[in-house]
Amino acid sequence: MITVRSLTKRFGDFIALDDVSLQVEEGSLTALLGPSGSGKSTLLRVIAGLETPDAGAVTIEGADATRVPPQKRGIGFVFQHYAAFKHMTVRENVAFGLRVRRRPRAEVREKVSELLALVGLDGLAGRYPAQLSGGQRQRMALARALAVEPRVLLLDEPFGALDANVRAELRAWLRRLHDEVHVTTVLVTHDQEEAMEVADTLAVMDGGRIVQTGAPRELYEQPANAFVMGFLGPVARLDGHLVRPHDLVLRARPEDERDVEAMVARVTHLGFEVRVELVLPSGDEVSAQLTRAEADELEVARGDILWLRPAGPMVASASSTPPDRVPAR
Amino acid sequence: MRASRLTLRFVALGYLAVLLLVPVGLVFWRTFEHGLAPVWASVTTPAAIHAFWLTVEVAAIAVPLNAIFGVVAALALVRGRFAGKWLLDALIDLPFAISPVVVGLALLLVYGRSGWLSELPVQVIFAVPGIVLATVFVSLPFVAREVAPVLREVGDEQEQAAATLGASRWQAFWRVTLPSIRWGLAYGVVLSTARALGEFGAVSVVSGKIAGQTETLTLLVEKRFENFDLAGAYAASTLLALIALATLLAMTALRRRAE
Repeated sequence: MITVRSLTKRFGDFIALDDVSLQVEEGSLTALLGPSGSGKSTLLRVIAGLETPDAGAVTIEGADATRVPPQKRGIGFVFQHYAAFKHMTVRENVAFGLRVRRRPRAEVREKVSELLALVGLDGLAGRYPAQLSGGQRQRMALARALAVEPRVLLLDEPFGALDANVRAELRAWLRRLHDEVHVTTVLVTHDQEEAMEVADTLAVMDGGRIVQTGAPRELYEQPANAFVMGFLGPVARLDGHLVRPHDLVLRARPEDERDVEAMVARVTHLGFEVRVELVLPSGDEVSAQLTRAEADELEVARGDILWLRPAGPMVASASSTPPDRVPAR
Repeated sequence: MRASRLTLRFVALGYLAVLLLVPVGLVFWRTFEHGLAPVWASVTTPAAIHAFWLTVEVAAIAVPLNAIFGVVAALALVRGRFAGKWLLDALIDLPFAISPVVVGLALLLVYGRSGWLSELPVQVIFAVPGIVLATVFVSLPFVAREVAPVLREVGDEQEQAAATLGASRWQAFWRVTLPSIRWGLAYGVVLSTARALGEFGAVSVVSGKIAGQTETLTLLVEKRFENFDLAGAYAASTLLALIALATLLAMTALRRRAE
């Protein structure tokens, strides 16, 4: 378990962490999710001991680690750009942590072979990092971090430098690996899809603070504010509120006075889904998402007058944080 | 396009030939004008043999010192965060800026008979320690200037990774940092060696030029030239040039491997 209490970290005038507290449960896979500059990487590096906080405390498995150097924290760290030891082979890279601990050679050999098999690199042990693909390098970096049997595994945008398809593959693989190895893991990412797919707990960060913590579904369905709602998925703006486009119900006739009149401006078929863009009497535009069956039943066409009503969670749109902010990819 | 590139190549090579190849080639030519025997005789005189070994000895002390200092200075420049870093940066280049003769005179002022440190138990001026000091001074910047950009390019992520894997700073240096700067270091060492072997000005001031004692190869060349022993001067020059050539070849080989 990792406990972080009231962490503050400044870089010059920039406040990277502003009184951040967080609890990471034993054996969980927690994602720190936020846009760039939100402080998520800094938080991870403070947990690792690679940055020293200006104030606050870090506790790893009950012991205060705030002043403990990274060497002695019992962590494994995976960097976005792999940080592979370029002059060492894959085998030597993975063995590094054990070699500096002066473990017996036979033990090192056995452990490294076991890990290389775990990450599927057993055939490439003699290669140098330059001879590997990005995905292979990152799996090597993960094996290297796991070799020292860390109490905590910290991953800093581990798939950020990879192609989209490799990223999707590795993320499923990481989830399976975590189910197998069960080490407490913290993953930093700016990709909400990645966070929702891999993590069992999310901590959404913005401007150096943690805005909301919870299970992915909980955050998606009950976002604490407009920022979380906008960051975790698409939003439509209706009458000063934010609502998920798929939570907008369209009807040909009003049911009661709560329904809002709107005119269809455009219909876009996206396979199973249909996106309907509507114009409200105020002139505001709103986008709704329907299934194909729903759209067919309504016979939606451009110029139609429809009645709409939000059927899911709504959040007041704050003026300070743009709700339609899409995470950078 | 093609023609202009050929012209450019011709001009560049022609320039190098006139400036470098012809003079050096002529020295070789004049050396072996009367066959090998006189050359052999003049490079195997006791004074010549002593000068050769002294030159090698001085380089063998000065270059490792510069290598250690250069790596430490490069680490401080690239990784360090301290006040006065700009001063270190500027000071490292000082030997490039100051004429070797001035370096020699400065050493005289410090260690000479009426200098600040004239009371030292070992004799510095007109002795081997003075020659070593002068050589260290003039060949100081090479290693630091070759290693610093490599360090900057490599970055510190690998060192951070080593730290998270449990490596102490010392282990991280030997196992990660040093191997990743090895080609820059080797290149700096070769340049430093070449400079150390060829140093004349500063050494000339502090050595006292005592034949068989404090006379290096460059000083021997000068003495023979002044004494109208041209054949002897050419022979010693060729010996010096051959050592320098060997280091240059080593450097080219290293650079090939680095790439």
